[in-house]
Amino acid sequence: MMTSPAATLTASQSAVQPLERSPGYWRSVLTRLLKDKIALGAGGVILILFFMAIFGPYIVPADPYQSSILGRLKAIGSPGFPLGSDELGRDMLSRLIVGARLSLFIGLTPVMFAFVIGTVIGLLAGYAGGLTNSVIMRTIDVFYAFPSVLLAIALSGALGAGIFNSLISLTIVFIPPIARVAESVTTQVRTRDYVESARATGANAFTIVRVHVLGNVLGPIFVYATSLIAVSMILASGLSFLGLGVKPPEPEWGLMLNTLRTAIYTQPWVAALPGAMIFITSIAFNMLSDSLRTAMDNKG
Amino acid sequence: MSTQPILNIKGLTKHFPLKKNIFGRGDVVRAVDNIDFTVMPGETLGVVGESGCGKSTTARLLMQLIPPTAGEVIFEGELVGGRDLPLKEFRRQVQMVFQDSYASLNPRLTIEDSIAFGPQVHGVSKQESLARAHDLLERVGLAPARFAARYTHELSGGQRQRVNIARALALQPRVVILDEAVSALDKSVEAQVLNLLLDLKDAFNLTYVFISHDLNVVRFISDRVMVMYLGQVVEVGPADALFKNPAHPYTKALLSSIPAMDPEHRTEKAAISGDPPNPINPPSGCRFHTRCPVAQTVCSQLAPTLGKLHSQHPVACLMYEPGSGYRKMEIAT
Repeated sequence: MMTSPAATLTASQSAVQPLERSPGYWRSVLTRLLKDKIALGAGGVILILFFMAIFGPYIVPADPYQSSILGRLKAIGSPGFPLGSDELGRDMLSRLIVGARLSLFIGLTPVMFAFVIGTVIGLLAGYAGGLTNSVIMRTIDVFYAFPSVLLAIALSGALGAGIFNSLISLTIVFIPPIARVAESVTTQVRTRDYVESARATGANAFTIVRVHVLGNVLGPIFVYATSLIAVSMILASGLSFLGLGVKPPEPEWGLMLNTLRTAIYTQPWVAALPGAMIFITSIAFNMLSDSLRTAMDNKG
Repeated sequence: MSTQPILNIKGLTKHFPLKKNIFGRGDVVRAVDNIDFTVMPGETLGVVGESGCGKSTTARLLMQLIPPTAGEVIFEGELVGGRDLPLKEFRRQVQMVFQDSYASLNPRLTIEDSIAFGPQVHGVSKQESLARAHDLLERVGLAPARFAARYTHELSGGQRQRVNIARALALQPRVVILDEAVSALDKSVEAQVLNLLLDLKDAFNLTYVFISHDLNVVRFISDRVMVMYLGQVVEVGPADALFKNPAHPYTKALLSSIPAMDPEHRTEKAAISGDPPNPINPPSGCRFHTRCPVAQTVCSQLAPTLGKLHSQHPVACLMYEPGSGYRKMEIAT
């Protein structure tokens, strides 16, 4: 056993001596993610989509709003229209690229807001337990009773059409499932011995949640939230399709799918393109979310 | 010695309610039922008993992690949670080491942060807390340079339990409750950690409440031993006296269940068999009478009190209560 002076000496030396560090949790998750080919592929697709969203207006070959009576519903590969043209003769390629901005915006924003709000609600319910938990979770269950599509449409309809209102309604749709996941992981973590021992130090609930609970519940909630991005994209497109979201002539994939549906018999391939974009985006987010889950499960 | 006890437990009771029936009345599990005991400063009190006898619940009650149904914990003459001794101050004085060394460390924190958390809660600066953490790591035999910035999953079970001990000591407590702290370790590591605990006890003038089901370990480390059965204390006594001359039939049975080191003297038949009775409906009278080899009719009617066999050795058995109606039989040899 070390005597006290020796121990203090070594302790003060160790302050000078660099500590042997191991990579933190999130860094090791990133390392594993970078080794996963599917994650890299999906991540690549998402990067391209974001690039389109940010720089779209500067890289498009033609004006996405410029219509032409003569150039209506051109097939894919027509001269001047690499991906054909829509029912008003606007260049599809340009509209798909510029459409990434709005589509991603209304797909991602509700999930981000719902992630923050739902996590707070779930943490509160899960950590408090007892009556507080019951009151919060039963209220959440009321929202759960409606199918998400129906709820989104009903809320959007009640709030009125428009991007802002559709964002609000989608946020409300996603809060209950995220809150429920947050509540269940928090309830699990709350009974762990390290939370007990933190309580045994006399720390208050806020400190315990901040230091000991948050870091251990954020991961699973985040994974779940990323898996909702695909659903959100589809729901947002659906709202636009129904005329509750984005208004024409703004390019947005869901709305484009709506306006092109009349052309399904004359130019089926062109009409399917916005749907394909939604599909690719959802799949990419879903695959990334799956890989993230795998990377985070690994304890090693 | 006439020093006042560092911990004085009076009538401590914990009943866990089961699911209520439609009339709003439900059964309760009598996990801990009206127990009294004291812990003297500087001693190690061993607490033994079968699984489910209320050892861990007692630890959690002592630590005020769960609210008691009844009873009080008095620390150095002051009621815990009262005006003179707020809970937070009590928790600085009394700390706990849990059985599961892995689950009791936050996997997202480095070891130094885990140890430094307690002092920081009590207003010690981050830098000073970390310095204290490094010093304690050195004390428990883990080189700070190698281990301080590591995460728990990189450590072995024994190393993790050393970290837990360091974490408990970071608040400079007077009493440490060790709830099966070495039970999950393999024998060689267990011995090292036990010796470490003894060294630390001398170095920091600690008082231990050592909870375990392992009788050999309890005998090795304890000054006094308390035996629990179905949520009640059946016998308390100095370790040597209790192990040499157990008074309560349950203690006798428990001690005879220790596996013999010598194969020539192995125990041929089980001292007691079966599981302990259901703590929802504990047996009437003496709770042990259903399994007691020397039980008489009176044992199912009259509950024994923790009377004194000798001044330092109380036992709860009718056999030792004069006038209880228990007829002592001469053992024919």
